[in-house]
Amino acid sequence: AMEKDLNQNSPRIRKIRDNSYPPNTPTSRMNNNNQRDNHPNSPRDYNYSPSSPTARLRWRNRSNEIPAEVKRGNASNVRNLLLGDKNKYRSMWIRTCSSLWMLGGVFFIIYMGHLYIWAMVVGIQIFMAKELFFLLRRAHEERRLPGFRLLNWHFFFTAMLFVYGRILQQQLVNTVSSDRFIYKLVSGLIKYQMVICYFLYIAGFMWFILTLKKKMYKYQFGQYAWTHMILIVVFTQSSFTVANIFEGIFWFLLPAALIAMNDVAAYFFGFYFGKTPLIKLSPKKTWEGFIGASVATTISAFLFANVLGQFQWLTCPRKDLSTGWLHCDPGPLFRPEYYPLPTWIASFSPWKAISILPVQWHAFSLGLFASVIAPFGGFFASGFKRAFKIKDFGDSIPGHGGFTDRMDCQMVMAIFAYIYIQSFIVHQDYSVEMILDHISRSLGHEEQKMLYAKLGDILRHKLQGGF
Amino acid sequence: MHKENTGDAPSAHTPRVRHHRKRNTDVVAGAGKPNGSHLLVNDSSKYKSFLVRAYSTVWMIGGFALIVYLGHLYITAMVVIIQIFMARELFNLLRRTHEDKQLPGFRLLNWHFFFTAMLFVYGRILSQRLVNTVTPDKVLYRLVTSLIKYHMAICYSLYISGFVWFILTLKKKMYKYQFSQYAWTHMILIVVFTQSSFTVANIFEGIFWFLLPASLIVINDIFAYICGFFFGRTPLIKLSPKKTWEGFIGASITTMISAFLLANIMGRFLWLTCPREDLSTGWLQCDPGPLFKQETHALPGWISNWLPWKEISVLPVQWHALCLGLFASIIAPFGGFFASGFKRAFKVKDFGDSIPGHGGITDRMDCQMVMAVFAYIYHQSFVVPQSLSVDKLLNQIITNLTLEEQQALFMKLGQVLQEKVIGS
Repeated sequence: AMEKDLNQNSPRIRKIRDNSYPPNTPTSRMNNNNQRDNHPNSPRDYNYSPSSPTARLRWRNRSNEIPAEVKRGNASNVRNLLLGDKNKYRSMWIRTCSSLWMLGGVFFIIYMGHLYIWAMVVGIQIFMAKELFFLLRRAHEERRLPGFRLLNWHFFFTAMLFVYGRILQQQLVNTVSSDRFIYKLVSGLIKYQMVICYFLYIAGFMWFILTLKKKMYKYQFGQYAWTHMILIVVFTQSSFTVANIFEGIFWFLLPAALIAMNDVAAYFFGFYFGKTPLIKLSPKKTWEGFIGASVATTISAFLFANVLGQFQWLTCPRKDLSTGWLHCDPGPLFRPEYYPLPTWIASFSPWKAISILPVQWHAFSLGLFASVIAPFGGFFASGFKRAFKIKDFGDSIPGHGGFTDRMDCQMVMAIFAYIYIQSFIVHQDYSVEMILDHISRSLGHEEQKMLYAKLGDILRHKLQGGF
Repeated sequence: MHKENTGDAPSAHTPRVRHHRKRNTDVVAGAGKPNGSHLLVNDSSKYKSFLVRAYSTVWMIGGFALIVYLGHLYITAMVVIIQIFMARELFNLLRRTHEDKQLPGFRLLNWHFFFTAMLFVYGRILSQRLVNTVTPDKVLYRLVTSLIKYHMAICYSLYISGFVWFILTLKKKMYKYQFSQYAWTHMILIVVFTQSSFTVANIFEGIFWFLLPASLIVINDIFAYICGFFFGRTPLIKLSPKKTWEGFIGASITTMISAFLLANIMGRFLWLTCPREDLSTGWLQCDPGPLFKQETHALPGWISNWLPWKEISVLPVQWHALCLGLFASIIAPFGGFFASGFKRAFKVKDFGDSIPGHGGITDRMDCQMVMAVFAYIYHQSFVVPQSLSVDKLLNQIITNLTLEEQQALFMKLGQVLQEKVIGS
């Protein structure tokens, strides 16, 4: 999260050890990243490359801030303090710039629509997977296993086919229903989707076994397990995100905005009131920041939901893969209900009644989850980085680290939002949909008409015959 | 009731003898290079271990046959128990007692995730049948349907509480161990639950769809051993040095032929072919569907000159069985290779020692797991659509949907049909 790098008041034992070396030399950094490969010139070693000034700036920050905090009155510390200040503002400026770009980009994509948001999610997912695949790889072993990276991408492709095939089945069918030939092709593919994905997976499995090399078994099995874990983490949340998007952009935008809001609020509350540390894993987080952010997030959830719920572009579900404007009846959740204000308030304010969309109550629960439980995604990522002695997941975003660093809390939230929506909001005509699906897939037109006629007879009998 | 070979016993006890003989005396039985100086020692310990394995095999077969006789629910219980034992073996496998002593309650976390996975997986698979079982009782029906509606939410909350608990118990200097154990737990649960949930789904579709794949794996193992024993010469794969190409190919052919025949035999019993629609344990009567109705094919002239029969009766399901046999002989052994490679990678001799003479339960189940997943996917994709008919669907609609839902379905179906008529 954002406040990680800005709030400098935290001792980091690793960095204190660093102080015995002059900063910016390869040796000091090598001691901290002994899990990474041993070649300082590797393109993946962003901490060593002189081309990432921000990363080095942050390093200089850390190695200099600790003596400042301990308050040893040396001249060098005064110099370090000044340097520290300048660096802090410069890094804040860089982060703000990249944040604004990201924000602008997200707004633009939302304006463009569901399909483009989906493409953005897929793009983010590919970057995240790439970062994570690279993370625990060891270049030395990699060279002796040609084609091993390809295996990772094979599994990635299979997972993508499987997950998006399931989620966007209905939408895909609706898009191509006009053209008879493509419709047949697509519905055939969907019918056998599970088999196709299974065979792709088994092919990858067999390929893995056939490429097992003596003395490298442990590394290969470790990588195999790691690949599975990455794909599960990345695809669960992104597939749920996409499912939410096609349910209505509102259900994607609101949870994401709440996480961002929670981060920002936690930073500001921590900055002004932060005193008691929250958890050993993330030393900069404080209880005051946490609680202040929770309150702020739940309140803003309530308000955001009202603002966002008024746009049909955001609240209508998308039934196919088109990109045009949407018109629909958004449903009872988005119809404003008017509550008359109690008289003592009504005498102050100009409004006599407030209109509340029923969805705002649901937004409360989302806000609560976003502030209390979603931060654990961030703690998990921090713990993970400490466990494997990694500084950041990647360096794609200047000032922020990699994609996974941005998305860690979002992932937990996306899954919760999907499950919440499926359980409490969408009225599952589950069995009806399922059987209708069965009918349209397995029976021919004539048989469907026969079924229709027979069902009609039975229902009429039941209604006439009484209960 | 017929006795069937189980997935557990003679399945690979003979290859295990090969393993042991190899490990004890460095004799590659399949390649036929006897090492004369060890033969005598070989003999007595070989026969003793053979006897031990034979005993446990017989007990396993007997137990298994009894359970199949008793029915779907008992088979499911057996699967669940096997699954618990497998999970326990695998949880214990990569644990280090030194670290564990500093982390009290960490094992409990594993079982928490196990319980959550069990609730999730069996909830999804057996929800419809559970509903059918409690339909007569109104209160239970309401309770069960609401539990099912919020099933995903309940399982998610349990998972998240385990996740939060994990994070709160992270201890300094033990991060790497804890994260590795967390990942390991997830991998185990996925492997164990995917295949066992698919197995249970197959069982409730008809014991046939559980028994046939399991038997094919057993037969494949046995014939791979026999063919390798008599004709084995060229080694198959570095991971398992005792396997030979001759054994592999011979077993493939035998497995496919026996798939064809076994399907015919098993397909005649209603107890095996009928699906179970609820969680009862009584006898089953049903219309098994077009797959199990005999079709007679006239034999071509040149064969019928030799043989006394003029035509053969084939159940359509036998063609499906051929596919299952093909998979069981060619791809399922890779499950065994994976397990071998895994044991070498982590320098483990066996996954456990629950079964005397055989090793652990995971050792028995490695190929079965791959087969169970395939059997489920095959069944869902190719068998279910074929066996649907207007009457069957109508039956499903009447039994599974409430009156309001039936009316809703009727209206929606009418709309869909109208749109098609107008559109085309």
